[in-house]
Amino acid sequence: MLGRSANGVFWMARYLERAENTARLIDVGFHLALTRGDRSSQEEEWKSVLTTTGQLEDYSEKHTEFFGPQVFNYLLRDRDNPASVLQMIEFARTNARMVRTSITDEVWEAINETWMTLRDVLSRPVRETNLGDVLSTIRSQATLVRGAMEGSMLRNDVFNFARIGTFIERADSTARILDVKYYVLLPSVAWVGSSLDNVQWDTLLRSVAGDRAYSWLNAGTMDPREIARFLILDGRFPRSLAFCYDKVRSNMAGIAMQYGGETEAHELLRDAGAQLHQLDIEQIFDRGLHEFLQDVIAKTNRIGACIAAEYRFIE
Amino acid sequence: MTSSTSASKYDEMFNPDGTVRPAYADFRDWYDTQDPAWLKRQDAEAERFFRRVGITFNVYGDDDGEERLIPFDMIPRIITAREWRKLTRGIEQRVRALNAFLQDLYHRQEIIRSGRLPIHYLRDNDAFLSQMIGFTPPGGVYTHIVGIDLVRTGPDEFVVLEDNARTPSGVSYMLENRETMMQMFPELFTKIPVRPVSDYPRRLARSLRACAPTCAAARPVVAVLTPGIYNSAYFEHAFLADEMGAELIEGSDLRVMDGRVQMRTTTGYTPVDVIYRRVDDDFLDPLTFNPESALGIPGIMDVYRSGGVTIANAPGTGIADDKAIYTFMPEIVEFYTGEKPILKNVETWRCIEEDSLKYVLDNLSDLVVKEVHGSGGYGMLIGPAASKKELNEFEAKLRAKPENYIAQPTLSLSTVPIFTSKGLAPRHVDLRPFVLVSPDGIDITPGGLTRVALKKGSLVVNSSQGGGTKDSWVLDE
Repeated sequence: MLGRSANGVFWMARYLERAENTARLIDVGFHLALTRGDRSSQEEEWKSVLTTTGQLEDYSEKHTEFFGPQVFNYLLRDRDNPASVLQMIEFARTNARMVRTSITDEVWEAINETWMTLRDVLSRPVRETNLGDVLSTIRSQATLVRGAMEGSMLRNDVFNFARIGTFIERADSTARILDVKYYVLLPSVAWVGSSLDNVQWDTLLRSVAGDRAYSWLNAGTMDPREIARFLILDGRFPRSLAFCYDKVRSNMAGIAMQYGGETEAHELLRDAGAQLHQLDIEQIFDRGLHEFLQDVIAKTNRIGACIAAEYRFIE
Repeated sequence: MTSSTSASKYDEMFNPDGTVRPAYADFRDWYDTQDPAWLKRQDAEAERFFRRVGITFNVYGDDDGEERLIPFDMIPRIITAREWRKLTRGIEQRVRALNAFLQDLYHRQEIIRSGRLPIHYLRDNDAFLSQMIGFTPPGGVYTHIVGIDLVRTGPDEFVVLEDNARTPSGVSYMLENRETMMQMFPELFTKIPVRPVSDYPRRLARSLRACAPTCAAARPVVAVLTPGIYNSAYFEHAFLADEMGAELIEGSDLRVMDGRVQMRTTTGYTPVDVIYRRVDDDFLDPLTFNPESALGIPGIMDVYRSGGVTIANAPGTGIADDKAIYTFMPEIVEFYTGEKPILKNVETWRCIEEDSLKYVLDNLSDLVVKEVHGSGGYGMLIGPAASKKELNEFEAKLRAKPENYIAQPTLSLSTVPIFTSKGLAPRHVDLRPFVLVSPDGIDITPGGLTRVALKKGSLVVNSSQGGGTKDSWVLDE
């Protein structure tokens, strides 16, 4: 396949994943705003959503307040925000158009329909009363595209590059979400065990749609260390770092098999993936959770860049 | 032809007395038994289908770069087997002449020596590429894909409006329109014997492979070269590549290496044998043509001239569909085929000639004036529809640069009904059949693109000017 096409499907998948992750974060921010009365802690929550998506700085240039509807409209549809959900979907579609011949009709139509639907839904300011509908539309459209890919694409290098895009983005997102909130999982705070902590932990799990799975696995007991283990090391949970890295690895293995050899990216990936299998959660806390997450974010980035270079994404 | 002269108007579906013509008899029988409300719903459904599939085009000069749909009208344009036979004979003759003409222009130039074509038509023409002189493309084919624009002026009269010998577009609409009709009204195709068009991409692929250079792989690698997603015809480029199983490439994917044109794949560079390019000559090779172009592939012309790649259509074919050269087509056909042209030209005045210019200026309000190098319906004047101010402006343009213009009478274009909320209403149409040329012969797909002016009385069918399209049926014997 063309290097440009590999680049296209990789970014198509990344942008879709990013749009969906942003929608999840907004959902959590909103949920918290509903459960917390005072204005300043609401603003803190919205601020941390912006921090997680890396948009705090840009937002602050335009606004001084962190008022809910202003923040989520910025994140969803602000024309000045190059990382809004609407913009992500447009980028995803532009990439899909660019690689139109590499993807199936079903995938293209799913993405095109997603773009048309969201462009329509996001053509007017979103109010608190319809935010829930908007977010669930984003999630279900992302699911539609994923389903179309899963159900219609050949399992070849095209599919592999798309999946790698998805899971690199997801690993990055989960690591960032954890890193912004890592302090709520630290022992000094956990020891207090207040109801506020319970809310914070729940928030963290919800941000990655892991609240139900975690509760089910742990019979409803909230334990910060167990939460961290679940989100970082549990290979059964589709948004954990271990799961994402396993997926990147298996797709990279597929590419190595088709192309008859490995690249430096495979090497980097082996190193980064190893620690997710060899370390236990105690060792991660001993090393420093924040440092560990920073390291994961940096390595994930490096792997993405190395894949792009090795497979000639651009000239 | 603003159809005020209804006496000369030819409707393809109805006789002047309101009875239906034989070509449309079966369709009419079916149409009359349909529930009008259901037809209206189907009409709206068609638009949703096109949007979802993403069959859109971008309009040049539109600020928002919005993707538009070309409106689709669900009443088919029907051509009988007998009409088609005659048409194809005429088209084939014309396409043979076009290729012979190009071969001659870039070699001995017999037509100029014979005095039938004044040399200044070549000398002063940017479409004539000196880089092509003395070179014969692989297989001897210049125009691999041709779209001949025809209008109908009477029961047996088809007239050629334009020969598109560079990169004719619209074939994807021919295919998608048929697909849409078959989805919306499947039973129609069981009742009426319509010749299929769906194998066009396979024929195109076969035709292009047949023109591969001698150094090509056993199964030549064919790729479609597009300017990219912001090009107005990008959908078509992707569509054709997809249907042919060919790579869709951009200039940035290509590089000249080891005497071949190679594309950048995830595992390295690999040679391309046949490039179906949908970019203009100017943007092919910055070393040879436009040094400003960021789109081209430096050195591709050297590879081409040394036989390392086939470019379809060949660079320099634009000279054959130039509007000034068009006026010589009757002579060109006769010169190279030794036969009388089967298809007529529209009578055309070359404003560069003094007598013609005088006639054109005296009769401006009755004529259509076109730029010699223009396309897409831009920069033209339709005399009968123009305001006093527009006429004056054009007169000034004509006086300033007469060599840039040709003029034609306003033709009495035929009409075919379109579907409206108030029932059938006649609108003017043209027809663009698609022709493939390879060393194996000339292949004309039975059908084509019918463009229709959706505005009542309008003669401009270009999609960029608000025209629509119809499915075009050629009936089986």
